[in-house]
Amino acid sequence: MLVDIKNLHITFATNSGNVDAVRGVSLSLDKEKFGIVGESGSGKSLTARCLMNLLPASAQCRADTLAFDGIDLRNASEKKMRQIRGKRVGFILQDPKYSLNPVMPIGKQVAEAWHTHKGGSKKQAMEAAIDLLDQVRIRDPHKVAQRYAHEVSGGMGQRVMIAMMLAPDPELMIADEPTSALDATVQAEILRLLDDLVSSRGMGLILISHDLPLVSKFCDRVAVMYAGRIVETLQAGDLLNAQHPYTRGLLECLPSLKHPRARLPVLVRDEAWKTS
Amino acid sequence: MTTLPAIPQTRAGTRAWLLADTPHTRTQAVWGRRYRLWLGLRANPLAVIGLFTVLLVLIISICAPLLTSYDPGTQDLANRLAKPSAEHWLGTDELGRDTFSRILYGGRITLGMVITVVAIVAPLGLLIGCVAGYTGGLLDRILMRITDIFLAFPRLILALAFVAALKPGIESAILAIALTAWPPYARLARAETMQVRGTDYIAACRLTGATSARIIWRHIMPLCVPSLVVRITLDMSSIIITAASLGFLGMGAQPPSPEWGAMIATARRFLFEEWWVPLIPAVAIFVTSLAFNFLGDGLRDVLDPKGR
Amino acid sequence: MNALTEKSNAKIILDNLRISFGDTEVVKGVSFAVAPGECFGIVGESGSGKSTILRALVGLNQAWSGSMIIGGEAQLPVRQKRFYRRVQMVFQDPYGSLHPRQTIDRILSEPLIVHGFLNIEKRIKDALSEVGLPQAVRFRFPHQLSGGQRQRVAIARALISEPEILLLDEPTSALDVSVQAEILNLLTDLRERRKLTYILVSHNLAVVTHLCTRIGVMIGGEMVELLSADDLRSGHVVHPHTAELRSLSLSLEEPD
Repeated sequence: MLVDIKNLHITFATNSGNVDAVRGVSLSLDKEKFGIVGESGSGKSLTARCLMNLLPASAQCRADTLAFDGIDLRNASEKKMRQIRGKRVGFILQDPKYSLNPVMPIGKQVAEAWHTHKGGSKKQAMEAAIDLLDQVRIRDPHKVAQRYAHEVSGGMGQRVMIAMMLAPDPELMIADEPTSALDATVQAEILRLLDDLVSSRGMGLILISHDLPLVSKFCDRVAVMYAGRIVETLQAGDLLNAQHPYTRGLLECLPSLKHPRARLPVLVRDEAWKTS
Repeated sequence: MTTLPAIPQTRAGTRAWLLADTPHTRTQAVWGRRYRLWLGLRANPLAVIGLFTVLLVLIISICAPLLTSYDPGTQDLANRLAKPSAEHWLGTDELGRDTFSRILYGGRITLGMVITVVAIVAPLGLLIGCVAGYTGGLLDRILMRITDIFLAFPRLILALAFVAALKPGIESAILAIALTAWPPYARLARAETMQVRGTDYIAACRLTGATSARIIWRHIMPLCVPSLVVRITLDMSSIIITAASLGFLGMGAQPPSPEWGAMIATARRFLFEEWWVPLIPAVAIFVTSLAFNFLGDGLRDVLDPKGR
Repeated sequence: MNALTEKSNAKIILDNLRISFGDTEVVKGVSFAVAPGECFGIVGESGSGKSTILRALVGLNQAWSGSMIIGGEAQLPVRQKRFYRRVQMVFQDPYGSLHPRQTIDRILSEPLIVHGFLNIEKRIKDALSEVGLPQAVRFRFPHQLSGGQRQRVAIARALISEPEILLLDEPTSALDVSVQAEILNLLTDLRERRKLTYILVSHNLAVVTHLCTRIGVMIGGEMVELLSADDLRSGHVVHPHTAELRSLSLSLEEPD
């Protein structure tokens, strides 16, 4: 099992008491593409960050099982986490503007990512960086390597992020809303790129998003989260057979090109979903 | 949720009224927000110490006549340079005047100077900065160049120049300090205004058809006030020290005025033997300055947190 | 080019609008007309110039050339106060369109005070209930409200001065899907009830075809096609970019 999480709870200590952000989430995946979908506040990002021990200090995390490739991550030391984080698990965030170093040329950043985990000379690192930029389908890698983060488009920045994360040849990639800030045309390309890379390298992928139809088209399985719990897990392409009223409600309230309606059905939240 | 009475009757009632989730009037909402800020400030021990000290200095300065029976100007040459005792709590200075009452009355002068300076400088800087930041273009450039000119003057040198032109005294000192203290406030207000100018909510204000004056006065200035308040509080300490320096140089309050800086100046030749005479006013300056710093830091954490 | 033959009845007529930022031309000669009571949509990707057109229409951007006739009056770059009684705008980001230090009550009263309305108290109460907000939010601050609630406040603020035309700049892009449905329904109801004219800008084809009857497609600062929502849905499109946007929407956003 590449990732195994059982009964995960994440609690935040705030001024007005404790907030249970994640309440008993269990999921496991091997070398497949797994999507986690939910609205804001559902706890989907927290779940993934907990795996990498990237939670803020005010968060407390406890679980029956929290393992990556058999390694127990629950009370792992920072040293152990550093062996895993970045090296064996890559993390792609939503906005490349905030994840890329603004004062370093792109090529140098990718080379540094490669060098940190693989060693070797600077020349080797730069050659590897160009090769990685080519793998993420950047058309003119030598030119782009000399540019800075603010000089490239959002889509290209995301490709650079992916290249950096691929440098150490990780086994798992976690992508947190990787295409939400991008146009539809670029979105499709980036997701297709991720799809190809993950398949060709035999990696696992956790894709986190608020966009249910999109995720179900790119992943093998999808978990739908609501109020800190997984309410349903679906096979991809099986969206229309969703059982849980929340999932059905989410799908139905989407405006559709194919099925126009004068008024959109509104999702009526049932308190029972928080405990079911 | 229970409805709360319009005017709270008890202390517990007042607290609940202030912290209510659903305020019923604008007054309640605004005071609730202020109360929450106060709770935040109160949780910071250094800030509380600072606030307490500042208030203490203020009160004892105002109540000076009530706290001492000695007149700060009465000389008693037979009893000069006396050590602290039951009669003279902090001893006497080189002319036999009671140090304790001189400190109290001197507090009035120092704090009075500082408050006058801030009262002139802060609104002026805020207005210039907000107008420059919002209007942009030529007016902005002109106002900022004027600001730069005043910023370039070293404070003490300008004060000396004023004194040469006018007469030495508290008024000249206040004027000199004020003229060099306003530029940073203008710059701060301008920076805040420029940051805020492009936001959607200010765009929405423009879409009501309001005049620029109204937008600046009612919508932009209130946003600049918190960081200005923090800056003022932190500046107080440097203004106190500047006023004391001027007094020390003989350019501020003139003898026999019990201004703290002047007290150090006239007593500095006794530093090695009757050390308490120059040291006590120095400690007064230090304590007041530090108190304002603590308070300013605490206010900054509460009013201007990063996650705004 | 467009199906409106009686241009004199049109609420908004844009002819050859050109907008430049410095040396770059961002909007390159866009023309369209909107009939009274119609909902006109503008779709395009980021950088296509669609939001820039809205800002020029509402007077926030004054560096444009061309002809702009709104409500029968030719418009100059600088607008008068009475213009803002007829035209209002709802912004994209609910987290940035409300003044952070003012209560909802204060935010809603501002347009009323500027335009000299009476009965401010009653108008505020009515505005809140019209957008489906409880009276309890009236004296809260924006950070105490959810994204959907803030957007409702923004809509209430836009409508409180009783405009005829509402410009909507991606009003639901920053909202959760379930909240988006509520806001879209609210916008539909308000348009019927108050007989408003909308111009809606979005990158989401499904949202635009849901709310609008005619749609303009933009790319690179040009409006390359004007078509009806039905034509877009059924695939009767002319320009390749429109076809591309449509096929992407169908393949990525539809559950089936």
